[in-house]
Amino acid sequence: MGVYSTAEVVGFAGDAFTWNLDNYRYLWDPLYVDIFLRTYKLAAIGTLLTLLIGFPFAYYIARYARHKTLLLLLVIVPFWTSFLIRTYAWLILLDPEFPLYRALGIGEFEILYTEKAIYIGVVYNYLPLMVLPVYAALERMDWSLVEAAQDLGDSPFRAFRRVTLPLVLPGILAGSILVFIPLMGEFLIPYVLGGEKIFYVGNLIAQQFGEARDWPFGSAIAMVIVASMTVVLLLYSVLLSRQERYGG
Amino acid sequence: MGKRLLQAEVLLVFFFLYVPIAVVVVLAFNSSRRVLLWEGFSTKWFGIALRDQDIRNALETSVIVASLNAVVACVLGTLLALGLSRMRPWLRGPIDALAYMTLVTPEIVFAIAALIFFVQADQWLVGALGNGVAGLFGETSPLDLWGGRLTILVAHVVFNATVVALVVRARFVGMGQTLEEASFDLGAGPLSTFRQVTLPRLAPAILAGGLLAFTFSFDDFYTSFFVAGTEATTLPMFIFASLRFGVTPAITATATMIIGVSLVAIVIAYVVLRRTGSERGTATAVPGA
Repeated sequence: MGVYSTAEVVGFAGDAFTWNLDNYRYLWDPLYVDIFLRTYKLAAIGTLLTLLIGFPFAYYIARYARHKTLLLLLVIVPFWTSFLIRTYAWLILLDPEFPLYRALGIGEFEILYTEKAIYIGVVYNYLPLMVLPVYAALERMDWSLVEAAQDLGDSPFRAFRRVTLPLVLPGILAGSILVFIPLMGEFLIPYVLGGEKIFYVGNLIAQQFGEARDWPFGSAIAMVIVASMTVVLLLYSVLLSRQERYGG
Repeated sequence: MGKRLLQAEVLLVFFFLYVPIAVVVVLAFNSSRRVLLWEGFSTKWFGIALRDQDIRNALETSVIVASLNAVVACVLGTLLALGLSRMRPWLRGPIDALAYMTLVTPEIVFAIAALIFFVQADQWLVGALGNGVAGLFGETSPLDLWGGRLTILVAHVVFNATVVALVVRARFVGMGQTLEEASFDLGAGPLSTFRQVTLPRLAPAILAGGLLAFTFSFDDFYTSFFVAGTEATTLPMFIFASLRFGVTPAITATATMIIGVSLVAIVIAYVVLRRTGSERGTATAVPGA
């Protein structure tokens, strides 16, 4: 793919391997820069939202819940049903014509085919990816440490920040990776819930390999995702090793 | 304490997770021609969906590809898992990392890489052999072999073999080597030890891995979408294509059937893993993937 990104399209017959970086230069067009920025924003906010919703959720199950395995299974089950169908479901659920909304008389909203719909779809589809690693980290927690901190005069919040958070950080980091990286290439959710209007990098790649039939340019775009992914993974391993040194 | 608040949050999240799926399932039993207009209970759309030739073809393609994929991925994945655990650490590290990379890489990147590989490998091989035909398979593009299904199958196997390998390896590492050593001490050769000792103990993990591979392939959209030839359409691809016409009752019924198939496969996989593998590694290898 890396090689392909340096090629160029020649007529309809095929692509010539001309070893040039023009495809990368085209990417500097404000149009594409915007799409990239929008995608990183989606990945970042998507990660943050899943963390904000997923952390308290995992925390409760790990610390207080009685039927942990059952609850966890209940998180996994929707995750294993088709991604496309889970997105399709929101096409129905966000339609103002949905019977329930009409019964309640709140049929006047416009979420479908806006960014809001895309974010809902993202949180819905990616939440389990955040919950599972965070739960795995919380499950190994020794809660007596938190109690000890509080006995020694820490407020619950301070105990959380100084004891729980550092111990759970590896799980949070792993979850963030699992959500952030795939989100950089997401194109199904924007396509279905964004009504083909809002473009992300994934849509751009699909377009280049579809109607536009410019595989080399499409490959160049994908290479940028690979590069971003490498940066994110490096950052992850740096943070993780710092955490181990500091927390160990 | 914020415990009550947390409890409420958990309930809300479960509500959020299940309501959309429930809505699809319920509306699939709507007799109306319009999905969002409830007119009474009926199973007729399931019949209509199952009689639709396009849906039947897509279903057939999906089932065949997913089943073959599961079988091949099981064999390759198990071999990979066993091979990895006997490998020298300096070699195992990078391969391990590569296996995990496959799981995190955005699927669209994997999909187009596979597509380019299929098309280019064909041309480069022919170029190297210099036999003057358009491709390894004559005029046929590799994307059109076996009605366009072959590339989907191969791409799925590459991905799913990794998934199976991770599940199997978690079990293999968890179960220790003592029984194998005993078997050797009692005079069994490597082959009969594998057949009589290792394989039966790994079987649940392999079965679970296979079911996961089946579900992955059956539900997959991204990879199939990019690498499929012009003739092959899997069920998710079909649904995707018909979304252009909005939400229809036949598609809702089809979606419900897919949910059913995935649920059955997942529950079996989970039960098999839980019943046989009390090792924690096995249990976490599934959801983590």
